[in-house]
Amino acid sequence: MALKLSDLRTDVHNDWCPGCGDFGIEAGVKMALTELPIDINKLVLFSGIGCSGKIVHFTNATGVHTLHGRVLPFAQGAKLANPDLEVIAIGGDGDGLGIGVGHFVHAGRRNIDMTYIIHDNGVYGLTKGQASPTLQYGMQTKSLPMPNINTSINPILLALASGFTFIARSYSYNTKHLKETVKKAVAHKGFALVQIMQPCPTYNDINTKEWYGGEDRLDPVTKKPMPRPYELETTGYDGRITPMMTEVDVEKKMSEIMEKSREWGDKIPIGVFYQNETIPTYEDRIKARIPNYLTEPPSAQQLARTNGTSPVNLANLAKELLFEKLVVA
Amino acid sequence: MTGGPQGSGVDSSANIFAGACALAGLWTFGSREYYSSIKGPHSYFEVRANSERIRSQVNNVNLLATFDAETLIRHADEVCPGGGIIYDPSFNAIAIDKVDTIEQPVVVRVKDRLAKQGLPGTVAGILEEAKKRNVNLYPIPYNDIVAKTAAQIGEHQLSKVSRIVNVLSVAASFAILGFDLNYLNQSIGRTFGSKKKVIDMNDIGAKMAYDIAKGLPKASFSYQLKAIQNQPRLLLMGNEAVALGKIVGGCRVQTYYPITPAADESEFLESHENFDLDGGQIGKKGSILVTQTEDEIAAFTMATGAALAGVRAATSTSGPGFSLMVEGLGWAGMNEVPVVITQYSRGGPSTGQPTRHEQGDLKFVLSASHGEFPRIVLCSGDLEECFYDAIRIFNYAEQFQMPSIHLIDKSMANTSVTIPQFKTDLVKINRGKLLENNGSPNGNGEPYRRFAFSPDGISPRAALGSGHRFWNSGDEHDEVGHIEEDPFNRIRMMDKRMDKLETAAKAIPEMEKWNFFPSNKKQADATLVSWGSTKGPILDAMKLLEKDGISVEFLQIRLASPFPTESVKEKLSKAKLPIDIEQNYSGQMSQVVAEKTMIDIKNKIVKYNGRPMTQDEIYESVKKIISNPTQNKRVVLTHGA
Repeated sequence: MALKLSDLRTDVHNDWCPGCGDFGIEAGVKMALTELPIDINKLVLFSGIGCSGKIVHFTNATGVHTLHGRVLPFAQGAKLANPDLEVIAIGGDGDGLGIGVGHFVHAGRRNIDMTYIIHDNGVYGLTKGQASPTLQYGMQTKSLPMPNINTSINPILLALASGFTFIARSYSYNTKHLKETVKKAVAHKGFALVQIMQPCPTYNDINTKEWYGGEDRLDPVTKKPMPRPYELETTGYDGRITPMMTEVDVEKKMSEIMEKSREWGDKIPIGVFYQNETIPTYEDRIKARIPNYLTEPPSAQQLARTNGTSPVNLANLAKELLFEKLVVA
Repeated sequence: MTGGPQGSGVDSSANIFAGACALAGLWTFGSREYYSSIKGPHSYFEVRANSERIRSQVNNVNLLATFDAETLIRHADEVCPGGGIIYDPSFNAIAIDKVDTIEQPVVVRVKDRLAKQGLPGTVAGILEEAKKRNVNLYPIPYNDIVAKTAAQIGEHQLSKVSRIVNVLSVAASFAILGFDLNYLNQSIGRTFGSKKKVIDMNDIGAKMAYDIAKGLPKASFSYQLKAIQNQPRLLLMGNEAVALGKIVGGCRVQTYYPITPAADESEFLESHENFDLDGGQIGKKGSILVTQTEDEIAAFTMATGAALAGVRAATSTSGPGFSLMVEGLGWAGMNEVPVVITQYSRGGPSTGQPTRHEQGDLKFVLSASHGEFPRIVLCSGDLEECFYDAIRIFNYAEQFQMPSIHLIDKSMANTSVTIPQFKTDLVKINRGKLLENNGSPNGNGEPYRRFAFSPDGISPRAALGSGHRFWNSGDEHDEVGHIEEDPFNRIRMMDKRMDKLETAAKAIPEMEKWNFFPSNKKQADATLVSWGSTKGPILDAMKLLEKDGISVEFLQIRLASPFPTESVKEKLSKAKLPIDIEQNYSGQMSQVVAEKTMIDIKNKIVKYNGRPMTQDEIYESVKKIISNPTQNKRVVLTHGA
């Protein structure tokens, strides 16, 4: 039975600030879940710490609200233990690209079949607006005593360098695009990242809804605002690497992807930057070593006989360590 | 004792020696000392062999089998009168201060010692000193044997054959000990497996060394080894005992970040990731997923994620890694996750002594994390306990739904001993209140509540993906798992979690919490209190003390949390002279005992030089304390090179 949006609602009071970009993300993700062929009993949402982390409590599916920066290892551990789970990890830009950036990089190296959504608003909202790793150099958002002294991380480029096999960006107030992008990410076979730009109406007074909407720059002809985000899908851009491509094709494509990921400012691309299903997932790599991994994953193994004893054949397991008295002629 | 530069085959020579003894039915105990380095610095291995089971090291060395000058310089003075030294006579001219891997303080100490006796500061001086102490010298010309072996197998590159030097020293040892060479050949075969050429050159060289040693004067050494009839035994290290216990105990996900001395366990697991099952499932395979993570934070949180999915999951580390796991530990405590940490303590703080032994982490693992939550801390004392406790710790974790720590130490990790075979039916698997998939959680059709209040504090536990919906949060939460800051809910939830410790204390049998080894008298002269790997040398020392007419009893504390307060109090209140024995500076367990029982153990035997205690050290220090009626002694042990 298909999920309805109302099925995904909980009674937990939502305490995000009015106008928060998180609402758009919540709506887009939930809409995607209702349109995907997902068994709600197998779905687990993991979240980090920060405003975005509370999303699991507002969603009526099993949800694990983890530690600051650690959402990825928790989520990967669960997915590896039970590859039948549909795992979606959600966290903020401070969570995933600040304190958790080590896990971000290494999750890319593994390429486990799961989805990671980053709410990116450029600030640490819940601690009252400090600069996050994605805030541009020199910016001084509302609560910063001084302009930001660090340069910013480009999550798309970092993901590409780390080995993510699906890299996309969307925008919290383009719910339709967001929904479609999340659907593609979940359907992707491998580790998928969706960076979602969102305003923080309380602390980020630079990258506001109005700024994204281009209200500060009107088209000279139409006198209408020129929104900054534009959809890659409408430009003919295709970031997919396919098995048919030659090495030279792949090199060319990678340069194109890198160039596209560097675009920022008056024109911000949203959509799928890169997708590569030719790289084996971590599950496939494990299966090559552990033949029963997918048929009898760790979560499905029988640990005890009915009488409680272990079914492990210890004699075979410890063969190389066993010493019997030899008769020497 | 055998020694040499790290990477030169010290370990394999000791293992081949121990393996040959094991094949002859003997019991062995071996322990390894090494620097935090890969190649070059000195490492040594002590192996004892006996017709009866042995559990510890001794101070004296009977036979020192060297294959470099450094080993001679460092250890010759440990060889007891009547003992022997095997060495290459070409070492004689080497000056002590020309061996650049020996630290300056050691050079000065040894040279001073020789100078006082009017001896030269060379290997020849060392040998002369040994001879004066009535130590037998057995020169074996390794280079000649290597050259002859190379010629015999037609190998032109001598360097390829020179690796056999370690085995030559073992072969010479066996000649002197009057042991059959066949056992050595068998052991070589087991060690090198399918590498026929390697086996051949070792066998050929071994025969030559054996024959040369046999022909030496004074070859009739006073210590002789004889084969005995015996049951099949395991010869293994603590890391391996734990790994076997984990597989038998149902651990199916292990995460780790490389660290000494814990990583060997994960590597053993990984190399045995597919294993056989039997008992109605003949031919069926089980498997364990071992994942190396980016750091210990990920190792712990990944294992926690796996445990949430209903899997018996563990991680393995040492003190520095455990320090990083602490934030995850608090989360697991808050969310009542049965995740297991195997902690092999080593010399601390900071990087400390990475390859050396210490029991300095007890109070840390007992209290690590901000806030309060219950945890299990189980301390094994020998390799059999390591195996069975590795199973039990998963039972405790799942029965009482709390993070559980199996505390071991470097000494056990790197101790290689023969022990009786393990049984798989001694500890049964108990998964506590784990719900069946899609089963009814509470039988009344109500929605599932992961943290439902219950009289024993333990709620029905569903796995992720089981069909029972729930939430987790590091925030204080309600029964379903949503964030809840209500002060009354806070009290109930804190009480619920902390009550589980009481539940665990009641449910765990006393025999799993502590061991008591009585004396042969009604009132023992002293009551030894200890935990962890000191168990072995204490038990061996008790035998020595008994021979002297001194009766001691020994209380080995195994469960540090929940602490067996009443039993410890009862034993200690009857004690005439309690003595705390620990491999740390402050006597951490005695502090825990004092906190829990209000009993202050005034006499302490401690050691913190990074080397495990020997039976002789304990024997001597216990005697010293008993002989002096003023009960306020702290004896610091120092043996070890």
